[in-house]
Formats: sequence, structure tokens, C-alpha cells
Amino acid sequence: MIELEGLTKRYGDKLAVDHLTCTVRPGIVTGFLGPNGAGKSTTMRMMLDLDNPTSGTVRIDGRHYRELHDPLRTVGALLDAKAIHGGRSAYNHLLCLAQSNGIPPARVREVLDTVGLTSVARKRAKGFSLGMGQRLGIAAALLGDPRILMFDEPVNGLDPEGIHWIRTLMKGLAAQGRTVFVSSHLMSEMALTAEHLIVIGQGRLLADTSMADFIARNSRSFVRMRSPEQERLRDVLSGAGIAAAPGPDGGLDVTGEDAAHLGELAARHGITLHELSPQRASLEEAFMRLTAESVEYHARAGDGAEPPAGAPDTPDAGRPAWGTDWRGDRRGKES
Amino acid sequence: MTTPTTPQHPVPPQGAPQQPGQAPQQPGQAPQQPGQAPAQPYWPGQAGPGGPGGYVSPVPVRAAHLGDAVVAEWTKIRSLRSTMWTLGTMLVTVIGLGLTWSLLYSNSDEVLSADNVLGVGAVGVLLGMIPVLTLGVLTISSEYGTGLVRTTLTACPSRSRVLTAKAIVLGSLAFVTTLVATLLVAMISSALLSDRITEDPTTGEWFKATVGVSLYVALAGLLALAVGTLLRHSAGAITTMLGLVLFPPLLSLFLQSDAVEKIGEVLLKYSIPMQLFTLYGAEIDSGPSGWDALWIMLALAAAATAGAHLALNKRDA
Repeated sequence: MIELEGLTKRYGDKLAVDHLTCTVRPGIVTGFLGPNGAGKSTTMRMMLDLDNPTSGTVRIDGRHYRELHDPLRTVGALLDAKAIHGGRSAYNHLLCLAQSNGIPPARVREVLDTVGLTSVARKRAKGFSLGMGQRLGIAAALLGDPRILMFDEPVNGLDPEGIHWIRTLMKGLAAQGRTVFVSSHLMSEMALTAEHLIVIGQGRLLADTSMADFIARNSRSFVRMRSPEQERLRDVLSGAGIAAAPGPDGGLDVTGEDAAHLGELAARHGITLHELSPQRASLEEAFMRLTAESVEYHARAGDGAEPPAGAPDTPDAGRPAWGTDWRGDRRGKES
Repeated sequence: MTTPTTPQHPVPPQGAPQQPGQAPQQPGQAPQQPGQAPAQPYWPGQAGPGGPGGYVSPVPVRAAHLGDAVVAEWTKIRSLRSTMWTLGTMLVTVIGLGLTWSLLYSNSDEVLSADNVLGVGAVGVLLGMIPVLTLGVLTISSEYGTGLVRTTLTACPSRSRVLTAKAIVLGSLAFVTTLVATLLVAMISSALLSDRITEDPTTGEWFKATVGVSLYVALAGLLALAVGTLLRHSAGAITTMLGLVLFPPLLSLFLQSDAVEKIGEVLLKYSIPMQLFTLYGAEIDSGPSGWDALWIMLALAAAATAGAHLALNKRDA
């Protein structure tokens, strides 16, 4: 279990991590999500006592990282796949790490086998591809058979087979009761592996929630209706007190109503429907909505940071724009 | 555990209201339960098979100590070609130049003093010291260059232990290698020049010219390690060390006028090459003599190492 409490890192004027408080629990894969530059790696470095927090604490199973007597047995971390001396062989790289924690050399061969690098174990790491480096980094993380695993962008540079492998690996590790903490900037990747999500933007906590909950709350669901009698359909809907917004392709998007109910309504009025489909905004979009504000600060200049138009913008005026609530909460708490 | 109202379906049924009564979760609050985790038995408070920390490794655990760090650093240093290259260059330079000088002296008609016999090795050691300084710097700066230092410090969070282990390994390696080279050169030169000298060198002089000089080179290597730790940049630290060795005697050449002559003298007397020569018995007026040079280098290396420990512990890796 990893507990962050008010973790803050300031570089000059810039707050890289801003009062981050959250808990990473054992037994599940926790995804640590945020756009580039959100402070994920800084947070992970502070968790490992590599960077000193400006304020706040990190506790690993109740202790500070520096107090761990057997760090590799407690925490295995992959921070940067390129953090290898190119002149050293994969075997020797792992061997010196093992020796520093009193781990028997036999374990080095085991983890090399686990990640599939046995055949190149004696080759100098200089010639390794990014994917091989990533595997070597994962081998180093697994070396101490630790209770806690931290991976910073582990799928970077892996081929599809490797990505599948690491997903299975992470899930397997979590199922054994380990704490697995994985950072990523790809929501789609996290959706496949993580059960719990911690989302940050500009160093601030944006969400700390189960994946299921995140999906339920953040991906707007609506029903797309299309009819040759579009105008009449709209009248019928508004007659029933249902707000409909024009969809991107000439359809109508209705939020907050059951598809079956809408279909019956149309049938009662004898309106032909060409489409009646429940829609769900993609997770990637939900993530971008969530982090839009924090990204805007950086990249607003050319409107490039606008979330892609997968779904039209909020057809229901009654519902506040997504994120208003928690922003209000945060401001309330900070002041 | 809070909020039992979380939806129990990964995807709620179509049209289900988004639980309007339920405010979005407040950041900072204890997070909600992680969906329907198959691993829920591992939750803290619900003793799972792994105990409170979750997973428990079957591999026996013991606390790591300095000895482990030393073994690890030894593996690191021996598994790099740069170690072989730098120490190899040092050996070739010291022995090669020692042999050449001995041969040149043995073919001349000069009458040599006892000091001169051992002193033929001095030039070789002065040049051979430079790769040792490079090795000292690279021992830590290469880790900064590649980012490996983060992995090292993750494996051993006690930064002082890492630096101490590096110092022990580097210092011992530099000492032993230099000792082999200086002993060999001293034996060659005494054998080749035995008939040319007025008196044999004393045991004390032998000791100073071999063990003393080797300690001096090893300490210079530790100084380089400390400078490498402080600067964290290979090229910068190597340049600094070269400058430290070569610049003072060079500068003293240009400080000849009366006004600055004194400065020039001091720079020359206390320059590293001149100090090294005093260990071989060279005599300087009112300058370091005997074992002084070694103590000066010891103080220098100790001060730099103390600074390196402070910086390493304080800075972000």
C-alpha cells in the first residue's frame, strides 16, 4: 500500500505536483493517468525518494522509502527503460542490483526468463531496442519479488505482443495481492488493465475512483435518433418534455432517456426511425474532458487542445458541464 | 470504506440516470472501492492470504548492508570495458615509461643518487594518474549520464552507502593496480641501475615510492569520484580534474615577475605533479616534503567527499 499525503513539488514558480493525496491499494492495478507533463513521473520519483517533496509525505506500507531495509523486496520500479549503462550486459545490470539487496544470482536468471531476455542476457545493453530495454527494466522491477510494483509508461516501445504480455503480467501480479501502480497517458490502455484510476492534471488530483465508476460517470451516454421526419420527431420529443440536440450527422441526440422509451414514443406517433442507438462517449474523450482544463493552460494557443468532437456538446442545458462540481469542491476546500 | 452507493455495473444500464444525487467524488477524500475487484479479499482490514501488505514473497528476506553495496559496485566496475581501458592505460603508461626511463638512465654516464633510482618511475605515474582520475569521475558520472543512478538509488536508498561503496571499490582497485605497477617499476629500475648508484634506497624510501605513491593515486581517484558526484557530468568533471593537475604548474610559468612571483612559487610547490615528485624524494625549499603530499591529498579528498555526501543526500537524483 502506498499513501500520498499532501505531496507537493515545486520547481521555482511552477508547481509540478500540487497537494496530491491518495492511496494506492494492494490487490488491484491502479492506473495513474494524466496528460504529458501532469507530474506523473515527478510523483513516482518522490514515491521512491529520488526527488525530495517540497512538502507532504509518501508512506510505503507505513514507512518512508529511505527507511526500507530491503527496498527491492518491497518495491520494484520501472522508471525509465533507457536508464541502463549501455556497456553493461543485461545479466550484469541485474546482477549488481540483486547483489545490492542480497538477492541470490539465481533470481537474475529467473527474471530474465520471465521477461524473455535469456538469449540476449550476455549482450551489452547498448544494442537493445526500446522494447528490450523496457523488458529489462521490468525484469529489474521483478527482481526482488516485491509487494509493490510501479511502472512508469511500461508499454512505451513495446510491440502488440509485448503490450499484451505486460497487461497480463500486471493483472497477474495484482491478482497475487500485490500493489500495482502504472502510469500512462493513454486512457484506452488503462481501461484494459486498471481497476482503479488516479487522474492528475497540472499536478493536481482530478479523480480518484474505480474504473467502473469513472466509466459510469464520465462517459456521457445518450441515444442517437434519426428519422426521415426529423422535424416532426423533434416536435414530438419536445412535446414530451424531452430535450434533443442536433447530432453531427443530422440525427438527434437525446440524453437521459431510455432508448426503449424513445422508441415507443416514436411508434405511438407513427414516426419512422432510421436509427435508434444508445451511444457512449469514448473513455479517451472522457479523460480529455477531465484534463481539458489543465491542458488548456499549456496548449490553448491554437485551440489544439480541444477535445475531439466525438459527440456533440451537451444537449441538456439542465446538467452542468462536466467537472463543474468537483472544481467547485476543490476551490471550496482550498480556500 | 465509504459510499456503498457506487454502481455495481461496469457499464450501467442504458438510460440510468447518472445518480444525480451523488456528488462526484471529492479529490482528497478516501477513494471509493475499486469496482468489483476479484482481488477484494486482499483489502486491508480483510486479512487476505498475503497478510496486511498484500503479497508476501517466498524468497527469504534479510536487511541489505554496506557489504552488499560493495559487492554490487564491484560487479558494476568490473563489468564495464571502460574500467579495463582506463586501468590498462594506466598500467601500460606507468610500466612503459618506468622501463624507458630506466633504460635511458642506464645508458647514460650520470651518477645517480638513491632517490633517482626510484624516481625514474615518477613521470610514468604522473601520466598514469590521469586515466585513474577519469575512472574515478566515470564511476558516478556515467550513472548520471544514463539515468542509471535512479535505479541504483531505488535499490539502495541510503545515498551515503552508495557513495561509500563506490569509494571503497574504486579506492581499493586504484590502490592495488598502482601498487602492482609501481612495485614492478621500482624493481626494474633498481635492477637496471644497481651499479650506477652511490647507496641503495632505504626501506622507508621504497615504501614511500610504492605504497605511498599508490595511496596518493588512489586518493586522487577518490577526489575525482567526489568531483564527479558534485558535478554529475562526465566531461565537466574530467576537465576539472585535468585542470586541477595541469593548470597550477602551467600557470606558475607565467608568474615570474616580482609582484606575483610568490604566488607562482606556491602554485608550483603545491601542484599535484610536484607533490607526487616529493613522494619520490624530490626536495623543494620550504615546500611539502616526506609524507606531506599524501596528507594534503587526503585532506583534499576528504573535504570533497564530505561535500559530495552532503550534495548527494540533499539533491534530487
